[in-house]
Amino acid sequence: MGNTLRNDTVSAPGQETGSRKQSKPVSTYLYHREKVRLGALLALPMTWLIGVYIVSLFLLLITAFWVVNPFTSRVSPGFTLDNFISVFTVPAYLSTSLRTLGMALAVTAISVLLAVPLGIYMAKLASPTMRNLLAVAITLPLWAGYLVKILAMRLVFTENGFINWALGSVGVSSPGFTMWTAIITLTYLWFPYMALPVFTAIRQIPGNLFDASSDLGGKAFITIFRVVLPLIVPAIIAGSVFTFSLSLGDYLAARFTGGATQMIGSIIASNINLNPPVAAAFSMVPIAFVVMYLMVARRTGSLERM
Amino acid sequence: MKTKKVGVVSLVAVSALILSACAGSSEVTLDVPDLPMIEEVGAFEGELNIVNWAGFVEPAWTDQFTTDTGCTVNSRAAGTSDEMVTLMRSGEYDIVSASGDAALRLIVGGDVQPLNVELIPNFGDDIAEGMKGQLYDTVNGKPYGVPIGRGANLLQYNEDVTGGAPESWDVVWEADSPYAGKVTAYDAPIYIADAAVYLMYHQPDLGIENPYALDQTQLDAAVALLKVQNGIIGEYWSDAVAQITSFVGGNTVVGTSWEILRKFADTPSIKTTLPVEGSTGWYDAWLVSSSTPNVNCAYAWMDYTSQASVNGAIAMNFGMAPANTAFCASSEEAQAHCDEFAAEDEEFFGRVWAWTTPIEQCLDGRTDVACTSFQDWTNAWLTVKG
Repeated sequence: MGNTLRNDTVSAPGQETGSRKQSKPVSTYLYHREKVRLGALLALPMTWLIGVYIVSLFLLLITAFWVVNPFTSRVSPGFTLDNFISVFTVPAYLSTSLRTLGMALAVTAISVLLAVPLGIYMAKLASPTMRNLLAVAITLPLWAGYLVKILAMRLVFTENGFINWALGSVGVSSPGFTMWTAIITLTYLWFPYMALPVFTAIRQIPGNLFDASSDLGGKAFITIFRVVLPLIVPAIIAGSVFTFSLSLGDYLAARFTGGATQMIGSIIASNINLNPPVAAAFSMVPIAFVVMYLMVARRTGSLERM
Repeated sequence: MKTKKVGVVSLVAVSALILSACAGSSEVTLDVPDLPMIEEVGAFEGELNIVNWAGFVEPAWTDQFTTDTGCTVNSRAAGTSDEMVTLMRSGEYDIVSASGDAALRLIVGGDVQPLNVELIPNFGDDIAEGMKGQLYDTVNGKPYGVPIGRGANLLQYNEDVTGGAPESWDVVWEADSPYAGKVTAYDAPIYIADAAVYLMYHQPDLGIENPYALDQTQLDAAVALLKVQNGIIGEYWSDAVAQITSFVGGNTVVGTSWEILRKFADTPSIKTTLPVEGSTGWYDAWLVSSSTPNVNCAYAWMDYTSQASVNGAIAMNFGMAPANTAFCASSEEAQAHCDEFAAEDEEFFGRVWAWTTPIEQCLDGRTDVACTSFQDWTNAWLTVKG
């Protein structure tokens, strides 16, 4: 097929060797120049990475050192560490950072707790029809808009909402809009990112490992904890990078379902117009948390196995 | 005009004093960049870029304007005053419908130019008295804004729960409020002024004369009150739809609101009242960028929107009291709108402190102490929610 195509492109018959050489001037040029070849390969991704990604992050970082004119609220270039210091010294900022960290960890933990049993069921016990149904059910919410899902959760938890309407008669009442409601909403939003890798990882565990565990006297729970879990740690880490970092950066879930709960994103959102340097300094906090998280994950050696 | 105002103990009085430039010590002169105003309206540039509140710029009245002047209108709706300030500073917009909490920031920052009101014939006697020459958009005697409309921040309540109109704002401020956990508050630094209005009434020994002129001690007291309130807050609101669903859904029983949100809630048991302490309010005005290349279109726009019919259409569309009160008498529907929004009720608005950007210079005329700026309020506000 490739040969036919190449011959088709040859314009004049009888000049086969010469024309073949000349018909690919670009390839010929690149063949002899390794560096140009590499450059051509990386030009697009590097332009994106440096031009869009690194530069904007760098600009953000620079702004964090700038100062705000107290009279006009105008931002002007300068150098101060006050914005970074305030992240640690203002009690409200510090407690917000720690609260957000706690919430992101809670979302991750709840996601793992739900994903592992579900994954085992789907991969090893469910019938093919059931497995497909569940896979669709897990991924279906990803098709809905992010804000739509948050507002849907708001309606579920509101005083005249679904929970009180459906479960009020059996004595269950909606918790209203609290930090816990925000955690539930975030879990709802990011759960598919944990469930899918965990399910795939469990599917790849050979069935004979379960048999072996059973032959050696392992009961169901022993098998889960000593066979399944160690094998799916890389998948859990992969999923948790999503649930953890996405929760850290979110603020709309807190705004619409968290009541008075404030997250890092809330502080950035309210400062982005009022005091951009503080917002910029604050945006470094989730980055720092994620870097720390990845370093811990690397220590466990699971990143290499991903 | 000046003599009418001096009697009213309010911001009106303070600003009138400033405007009349009395020799008294309470005179407030602000340091603002000395920018020229235009002398005459020239040829239209063919384009006008507006930053506005949603509902201020609609084809229903921009089409006619474009036909009349040839100025094509490009509108960008902003969500908050702070966003408006940021957008105006980008230099891409010619004119903004700024509320008082944004106006003074733009004026002292040199972002907007003083206006030659002679060139705006419709800015005349029909404009509500309480919206002329106010401190938030008139500095050192120079007008910077053309009024559009105004509204008060009212106490909204669910009558099914409260069983009547609360007389005082104490239901949203005190820790022992019967509605603890079902209280809402406006999510912006300017809300600190609402705490100051409450303190003015209940703790006169703090000596607050103007809720936008707080020294450090007074700001600390307001923040302490806001922190008490934080304990009984169910939700803070900045998104109007979220606030409405919160009241209708039963999660919120009392809290600050606007007349138009009460109207949108469309629930008979949800009502508004102006409590005994008075309140704050927003007064919107057109401000023209100091770097606009389309100044003639901007003047034409301000004049066009100040005439009774257009100003009324904007006010009805947004849900506020129109600045041009001549609109009220134009039809029964218009009169009903004006009555609902207290457009001609200067006594009502006399109890409302118009949003004004707090600055270091005390707006109440004190010179022996430095006042807290909007930047201080911003920082303080973020510590309230914790």
